[in-house]
Amino acid sequence: MMHSIIFAGFGGQGVMLMGQVLAQAGMSENKYVTWFPSYGPEMRGGTANCTVVVSEEPVASPVVEMPTEVVAMNIPSLLKFEPKVQKNGCLFINISVVDRKPQRSDIRVYEIPANDIAERIGNLKVANMVMLGSFVQVTKCVSIDSLIEAMKYKLSARSSEIIDLNTKAIFEGAKHVGG
Amino acid sequence: MKKVMMKGVEAIGEAAIKAGCRNYFGYPITPQSELTEYMARRLPEVGGSFLQAESEVAAVNMLYGASSVGKRVMTSTSSPGFSLMQEGISYIACAQLPAVFVNVVRGGPGLGDIQPSQGDYFQATKGGGHGDYRLIVLSPSTVQEATELTLLAFDLADKYRNPVLIFADGLLGQMMEPVAFEEKEITYDNSHWALTGSKNRPPRQVTSFNIDPYGLEKMNIELQKKYRQVEANETRYEEFLIEDADILIVAHGTVGRIAKSVVRMAREEGLKIGLFRPITLYPYPYDALSKAAQEKSLVLTVEMSSGQMLEDVKLAVCGKTKIEFYGRMAGVVPTPEEIFTHLKTLIRGQ
Repeated sequence: MMHSIIFAGFGGQGVMLMGQVLAQAGMSENKYVTWFPSYGPEMRGGTANCTVVVSEEPVASPVVEMPTEVVAMNIPSLLKFEPKVQKNGCLFINISVVDRKPQRSDIRVYEIPANDIAERIGNLKVANMVMLGSFVQVTKCVSIDSLIEAMKYKLSARSSEIIDLNTKAIFEGAKHVGG
Repeated sequence: MKKVMMKGVEAIGEAAIKAGCRNYFGYPITPQSELTEYMARRLPEVGGSFLQAESEVAAVNMLYGASSVGKRVMTSTSSPGFSLMQEGISYIACAQLPAVFVNVVRGGPGLGDIQPSQGDYFQATKGGGHGDYRLIVLSPSTVQEATELTLLAFDLADKYRNPVLIFADGLLGQMMEPVAFEEKEITYDNSHWALTGSKNRPPRQVTSFNIDPYGLEKMNIELQKKYRQVEANETRYEEFLIEDADILIVAHGTVGRIAKSVVRMAREEGLKIGLFRPITLYPYPYDALSKAAQEKSLVLTVEMSSGQMLEDVKLAVCGKTKIEFYGRMAGVVPTPEEIFTHLKTLIRGQ
């Protein structure tokens, strides 16, 4: 199974990090992975996205037209990427920020109140890890354990409080979708 | 070996440091500024020196100077910046100095855009600067291969005292992929020609100038002799499932990796497709490709250009097999699906 995922949101929501943590987790499970950022003329506060491919086979291209999954952290991301999700693919929407419904009926939609959950556990900034927890729980693209280890690796320069908070965020995100 | 996730350009930077490069001169330009940044951060940590030049023209001439004293030197840039360096590259080639260049090619011509392209193939392999010189050109298709070819680039540069170019593109430069660095001891000795001060030995000269045409021709003959050696010894390529293949795809770099997936897709549908991927663009693997193309019904060249490598494919195949071309330009990356669709159209037309 090849997962190709676009993570998209505002600059500052941590979408690049979401992708990097997932790619790191995939690598730790000896899968083939690529991470590719959008690097057009972006501006601070504008939209940002990255594409991650996690596969059992060597990855041809890290650029993906039609992803198997899209994670939309804000409204512009939903508008831009909902039409691109593969049929029967998954769309994850951060409904704390996105106040509209998706148009498609041929994809599975997961509405995650990522900001609300993050605020409830103590810090809005971990909304990205809440979403990533939900994402991995649903897609099983890597294991939750690998995901947490990857997050710890990426945040290894940070304090243990921050790492604990991010761990909790991943678990809460997973729990929200039945994990 | 421990694997780490690294951006292509950063992995090239780390590989350069592992190769013993301690002098980097450059000027930032998208999509490779992270390499310049990486060297700015890393070189002071390993006792090297990083210098941001005032322009690409300045950077290449700084390289010329630092190389003259026998140091392993590197610069990196992207298409418009590489154009600015051409005069200096020609000088370095004529002076027979080792230097490593990285061109993370972007869409052109002109200011173009900042997306991945292979449109600088002619410039890389057929000159770019003035005069009868050659660059050794290496085209990686994965981040792992980019690190290996960077190490090789420094070795080849010293071995032949010739500039070597890593021909990457925005896709390879910007993507992150797992990479493992081989730990090996780096030794190099340029003391037999480097300008290190002539105390207790006769003075040496490093120059790209000879006002006497007969003298300059001698320098040229020497260069040509060297290029024939490079051609005989340093040709590199990868063949993937070509033995039983009926159709051969020829693609390099990023398109090479994409074409590999096309081969897999085709094989799943029972179509016998193989891939020939040149790794050295100069010296070009003419003989190997000529052999690989024998008795195939079709050779499909795929590039992110209007068909520049296509000319070398034609030289190699020499009219013996039918050649078709598929290309995207200006920063558009072809998908495996679109290449496969094109291939199936060609097969139906056969």
